[in-house]
Amino acid sequence: MSVRNLLLGSGATRAFARGWLVAGFVFLYLPIVALVIYSFNASLMPVVWGGFSLRWYGELAHDQELLQGLWLSLRIAFYSASGSVVLGTLAAFTLVKYRRFLGRTIFTGMVNAPLVMPEVIIGLSLLLMLVMMQRWLGFPERGLLTIWMGHLLLGLSYATVVVQARLQDLNPELEEAATDLGARPIQVFVLVTLPLILNSLVSAFLLTFTLSLDDVVLSAFLSGPGATTMPLVIFSRARLGMRPDINAAATIIIGVVSVGVVAGSLFIFRAERRRAAEMAAAQRA
Amino acid sequence: MSRPLVASFFDRMHAHPFFRKHSRKAVIFVPYVWLLVFFLLPFFIILKISVSEMEVATFLPLLKYRDGIVSLALNVSHYLFIFEDELYSATYLASLKYAAVTTFWCLFIGYPFAYFMARAKATIQPALLMLVMLPFWTSFLLRVYAWKGLLMESGWVSELLIAVHADDLLLHLGLITAPGKFMYTPFSLVLGMVYTYLPFMVLPLYATLSKMDLRLLEAAADLGATPWVGFWKITVPLSKAGIIAGSMLVFIPCIGEYVIPELLGGPSTMMIGRVLWDEFFSNNDWPMASSVAVVVILLIIVPLALFNKYQAEATEARA
Repeated sequence: MSVRNLLLGSGATRAFARGWLVAGFVFLYLPIVALVIYSFNASLMPVVWGGFSLRWYGELAHDQELLQGLWLSLRIAFYSASGSVVLGTLAAFTLVKYRRFLGRTIFTGMVNAPLVMPEVIIGLSLLLMLVMMQRWLGFPERGLLTIWMGHLLLGLSYATVVVQARLQDLNPELEEAATDLGARPIQVFVLVTLPLILNSLVSAFLLTFTLSLDDVVLSAFLSGPGATTMPLVIFSRARLGMRPDINAAATIIIGVVSVGVVAGSLFIFRAERRRAAEMAAAQRA
Repeated sequence: MSRPLVASFFDRMHAHPFFRKHSRKAVIFVPYVWLLVFFLLPFFIILKISVSEMEVATFLPLLKYRDGIVSLALNVSHYLFIFEDELYSATYLASLKYAAVTTFWCLFIGYPFAYFMARAKATIQPALLMLVMLPFWTSFLLRVYAWKGLLMESGWVSELLIAVHADDLLLHLGLITAPGKFMYTPFSLVLGMVYTYLPFMVLPLYATLSKMDLRLLEAAADLGATPWVGFWKITVPLSKAGIIAGSMLVFIPCIGEYVIPELLGGPSTMMIGRVLWDEFFSNNDWPMASSVAVVVILLIIVPLALFNKYQAEATEARA
């Protein structure tokens, strides 16, 4: 009996497995499909089909509130993704390379906790600290900067997980070889390690960018007057009910992100395969 | 910039005595201090504010200096209020209950899902993984909002559930209050949370299940174990780290979830994240909001430690 037969048994079991996977994916994708379809609905009624129309897309172009929110969100997302990748790389490096240092347990805990910590808690506590800071030091004003700090906290944890996974899979012989050939630690990092983990840096950037672009709770706590991010605009409208213009905005956002993520993954996949081929060739030589 | 240029720059930078001595410290120091200041310190601050006297949109200092005497005013009334007021304790219990129910359904749907993914043909596994990750990348807010349209009257899912008479069952179980009305009920709330957190369960499970040594199952079969016995005695115990990590990734954030109960829950499905939000944004009561938050932290501290342990274990196992 082969392993595959052992695992998935008879044709009936295999059909069941296939059915479970298909049902799961339908569950995951159904809301997205519905959002996209109803964005082309001519009717103002959210679930009554009134014919095909691009009307809501046209209205988006004049939606000043949403557009301003989008511009602010994009800037925050860029800054927070950049910061997250830098701090996340340092943190991942610390966790993988420096096995022992004072307070390692606390450090690991602090890196992992934001992954699961309810956002209302992070948002409230960070805001109250920033308010105290503002009272004593006179800065920072609530707005882009404070939202960025919150997103950076969340992004740091996600970026660390992504980069850490890659660093652990690295062949340590490559770095050792560079050291043996006389490279200093920082040269080893820039010339050997960095190119090898570049793909994970790209995925960490994309992930933290989309996290920041999507965040409601932290932004709500940390934003100030005049700093309303796009998710905050969407959330305040979504609370009141279904609106076709949100569907249109959603379709554009989901489309752009999906294309970006799929293209990014394909790029990473290709680069990885090319690198593997180069490694194999180098080893043969 | 060409490589030699970069190299010479770092060469010179590194030749500097500061870098030669402190590069390791600097790598650890920057993220460490960042987290201490922006993650850990704020918890002590809300702990302090939670025992302060209330003022509108501010709080009074704990230490007072008057007539040459420093007095410490600890105000535990907010905590007493939380423990005595039935609304709060009921809301905490309800949050724990919804989080537990969500975790159960995520595991129930997610375990077979991850298992079948990990045992699918190796060639299609990257594509399946991509399909699980993609909703994870696309806006969570918009996907939750989409359920509103699916569950409201004459929405797709609502029609489907009525057609198969699932609403009778849900009504019988007390998950909805009137036949054919699914929105703003415990049902819509749990559905939204299961939907949102399912990938968080599937991904760690898939990671452990796809790494499993399949020869163990073969050995078990050679020794006479049926596939069913092999599954329960080998596969499930070996995926323990994934089960716990996945469950904590769902359970902990669900306790304090705000957006999903706000969009899909109703007045009958109060959760503690919404209470905290209202204390802060509507009542402007900072000490009360802080007390609510401190009690949530106390509730999640044990699951958090568990998550940390298994997260560490999973990463050590990779190394």
